[in-house]
This record gives sequence, structure tokens and C-alpha cells, in this order.
Amino acid sequence: MAAPGRLINEGALGRNRALRRLGKLGLWLNPAAAYFFLWAPILILVLFSFNDSRSVSSFNGFTLKWYGNILNNVMGAESAFSTEIMLNAFRNSLFVGTVATAIATVLGTMIALAMARGRFRGKGLLEGLLFLPVVIPEITQAISLAIFFKVLFDWVALMSGERIFPGFHTIIAAHVTFNISYVAIVVRARLADMNPQLEEAAKDLGANPWQAFWRVTFPLMLPGVISGALLAFTLSLDDFVITFFTAGVGTTTLPVFVYGLLKLTVTPEVNAISTIMMVLSTILIGISLAIQGRGASRI
Amino acid sequence: MSSRWRRIRETGFFLALPTTAWLALFFVLPLAIVLFVSFMSRGRGGVAELPFTLEHYQRSFGIFSIILWRSIRLAALTTVICLLLGYPLAFFISTRRRRLARHISLFLVILPFWTNFLIRTYSWRILLGEAGLINGFLLHLGLIGEPLSLLNTQFAVLIGLVYGFLPFMVLPIYASVERFNFRYVDAAQDLGANDARTFLRVVLPLTMPGVLAGCALVFIPSVGAFVTPDLLGGTKGLMIGNLINNQFGGSGNMPLGSALSIVMMAVVMLSLLVYVFGNRRERG
Repeated sequence: MAAPGRLINEGALGRNRALRRLGKLGLWLNPAAAYFFLWAPILILVLFSFNDSRSVSSFNGFTLKWYGNILNNVMGAESAFSTEIMLNAFRNSLFVGTVATAIATVLGTMIALAMARGRFRGKGLLEGLLFLPVVIPEITQAISLAIFFKVLFDWVALMSGERIFPGFHTIIAAHVTFNISYVAIVVRARLADMNPQLEEAAKDLGANPWQAFWRVTFPLMLPGVISGALLAFTLSLDDFVITFFTAGVGTTTLPVFVYGLLKLTVTPEVNAISTIMMVLSTILIGISLAIQGRGASRI
Repeated sequence: MSSRWRRIRETGFFLALPTTAWLALFFVLPLAIVLFVSFMSRGRGGVAELPFTLEHYQRSFGIFSIILWRSIRLAALTTVICLLLGYPLAFFISTRRRRLARHISLFLVILPFWTNFLIRTYSWRILLGEAGLINGFLLHLGLIGEPLSLLNTQFAVLIGLVYGFLPFMVLPIYASVERFNFRYVDAAQDLGANDARTFLRVVLPLTMPGVLAGCALVFIPSVGAFVTPDLLGGTKGLMIGNLINNQFGGSGNMPLGSALSIVMMAVVMLSLLVYVFGNRRERG
């Protein structure tokens, strides 16, 4: 019988060691490359918004003049930009986001409760229905809503003679539709983490379902509801494709406005606007994470 | 009291009713209309009219099949590249020993994601343009004589898609590597498996749910991409999403756009089926 040491193929062990060294190197190089890939374009965008020349291939010195141009409403001859239009688009975004979030949060929370606690027929089907808006490509949802509103408004015009035009109501209806599923997913996750015995305890202590819901279930699920609402608000503010297809005249939201700008050309002013928007959205999400963090730690 | 408590179970149905009605009206009905319209003829101004026809499906699989296949190919390539970039990255993040290092490295993946998708895509126009940074750099080094046309190509679309959807790959894989018990690696090695075998037989199968979820989350939005090819692809990088969009302008063809959407949805549903069955096999 051979000695135990001989059982190990030493050539293979050496190969293994060399491979392992190579793998370790790769495990450092790959993330380095990935982080570079993720960050370089954004950092370059920010850098060139301070470039003292219209060039996007060489940095000629630091300037704030592009930011000044935005504030003073002076832009390159080629762009149809106006600070006023941008602020108006931003206001439209906030309005749509607020209303759509409010409706989607109520509807999403209701269905989450029904799915988590209820027992009724067709629940499996409903599960699929809730899942679909998340996985269907945005463009499909966008054109289906565009056609739907056109057919609906044509029909209304035929029946009553009054023409309805797309506007805030169509954008909001569209945003509520894609947001319901996200709110429901977040709230359900929260309900799944909750101890159902707490409701049992409330029941044993003589609470009726209404009291048990408002005194026990609702406060416990509130952080989930808030997270869901914040997610819906973010998605709504950020949405371009579906808004683009459901918006009417005069209801341009910020992403739709930005799209018009980006389609034109690469200008330092556009870089500056992009930088401002990046900073704003980072601050916004930072605040919402802080709120969520506080909500989670209280439980 | 207990009867009221029992009734709460049935209340679930009424609680679900408003939301179900909303989704039926604004989600199911519009999709049903799209399906219906896709079988109608093109009328004046691109709107739908009778009689029924299969013409738009014939065209979808006929002259437009090039763009359909291009979209599927680009989405598949995006998924593969995201997987190759994302898997080691997710592994790197979840194997940081210190919590702070783990949080920071994860945060660095998520943070660019908070930027508006349009702006993130636009940033590649600065890099890839004829007068852009990459061309400027290569010209400066003397590696090329005249600027390369990188923008408005399929290559630009591919980069933009990978850039846009990489975090969708990293996050689910991170979640499953995080749950992975590294003692299994020791066990496999004690039993004589080499590194490659350990990875292929132990690590990869146990993190497969994350891989599958990541692939589905990258492939599906890539197939239906509209913004990325629109801003980076030009005519050479046209994808099915742009083709659908073009059917809704002035010289559009609404029934054709609807048929293309149905075809695209079928592709998405097929890939979802692959995902569901893949997942089931993993579990079973």
C-alpha cells in the first residue's frame, strides 16, 4: 500500500495552485474593470460639464459658464432650451409622481393585504396578473396604453360628441398601472416577515378585525408601505417610455423634456443639466433611504 | 367574534377587487386591444380598420425578421457579457470580510443606477462620438489616422445595454452568493475536488437561482429596449423597440406596430418560460 501522501497527484496540485493564483488575480481585475466601466462615463460627463471649451475630447480648463448659461437662460444657438420650460417640466413630474404614488400605494397595499391574508378563488391567476406589468417590456405597455386611450377617446367622442385629449389624467393612469405591482411586492415582503401571531394575540385579547388591523397590522406594515410609496415615486419621476406615449400637449415631464434635449446634440449645457439632475436624484434617494432606515430601526 | 374573524378571510376578495378592476381596465384590456388591432388592416393615417389580415405578422417575420433577430442577438450578447462581468463582481462584493467594505462595494454598483437612465445612456455619446473622448485619445496616441465611427452602430448599442442593465445581473447573484455557505467549498476540497470542479459542481449550482434571475432581468428589458438604440444605435443599430415606436408617428402603421409588440411579447414569454423551468429544475 502506498503512503497516504502519495495518493495526491502532485502535478495536479501544482496546476491547481497556479490556477488559483490566476483566479485570485482575475477576482481583483474583474471588479476593477467593472467599477471603471460603471463609473467612468458618469465621471467624464460631470468633468466635461466644467470644461472651458465645447470639446468633449480634451479638457481645457475649469469653468462654471455652462451652469451660468442655464441659470441665465442663454444656450447654444442649436438648442431649444429654456430654464422656464425645464422648471415647468419638473413641476409636472412632481405633480404626476405625487398623485400616481398616492393612488398606486393605496391600490398596491390593498392587493398585498388580500394576497397575504385572504383565501379566495382566482388567487393564483391574480398572482400572475400582478407579476406581468413588471416583466412586460415598457414599450409594449406604452403602446398598448396609447392605443387604448385613442380607442377610448374616439368612442367617447362618437357617443357624446365631446373630445377628450391625453394629458395628466392619461399619464397618471399609466403610472399607477405600472406602480401597483412594485408597491404590492414591497408590502407583501413586509407582511411575510411579520409575525401572524401578533394578530392572533390581538384577536384573543378581544379586538375586532377592524381594531386589530389599525392597532396592530397597519403600524407594523407601515415601513413597507412607505418603502413601496418611495419606490413608486422614484419610478414615476424616472419614467420616460410610458410617459412619452401617454403624454399630451403641455404635459411634458422632466424625462420627456430631457429626452428632447439629449436627442439634439452633445453640448456642455446638456452635460451641466445632466450633472444637476444626477446630484438632485442622489440627494432625493439619500433622503428617502434615511427615512426608510429610521422606519426600519424603530421596529 | 370568531365568525367576524372568519369572514375576514373572505374579505380578501373584496380587498382585491378595486386593484383587480384597475389592472383589468388599464393593463389587460389595452393588451387585448393590441392583439385585436394587430390582425386589422392599415387605414388612412396609419390607424386600424377592417378587414382582418395576417399581413403584419407576415411582415414581422418577413422583412423585419432581420431586426427581430438582431434584437434577440443583442439581448443575448448583453446577457452573456453582463454575466461574465457581473458574476465575479458579485462574488467579489459578497466575499469582502468587513461589513463596511461589503456595503461600500455594493453601494458603488447601485449608485450610478440612481442616475436617470436617459442621462446614463447619453454619457456614452460623449465617449463614443466622432469628436468624442475615445476617438480623441486614440488619435492623440496616433493609433488611428481618422476617427472611428463607434456611435450609431450595434457595438454602441451593446455597450449601452450592458451599461444600463449590469446592476440587474449583479444584485440577484450577490443575494445568492451571500446566502452560500463557504464550508461546502472546504468539504468539496477535502473530498479531493480541484478548484474548477468545486466551482462547477458546488458553487455554481448553488448560486444558480441568482444567475437565472439575473439573466431574466437583463434579457427581458434588453429585447424590448427603446432608449438605448434610439440614442446610441442610429439606423444601423435599430432594434425592435425603435421599429415599434416608428409605427406610431406621422407615417406610422398602428396594426404593424401592434403585431411587432405581440411578437416581442412572445419572445419575452418564451424566455420567462425558460427561466421558470430552469428554476424548477434547479430546485428539483
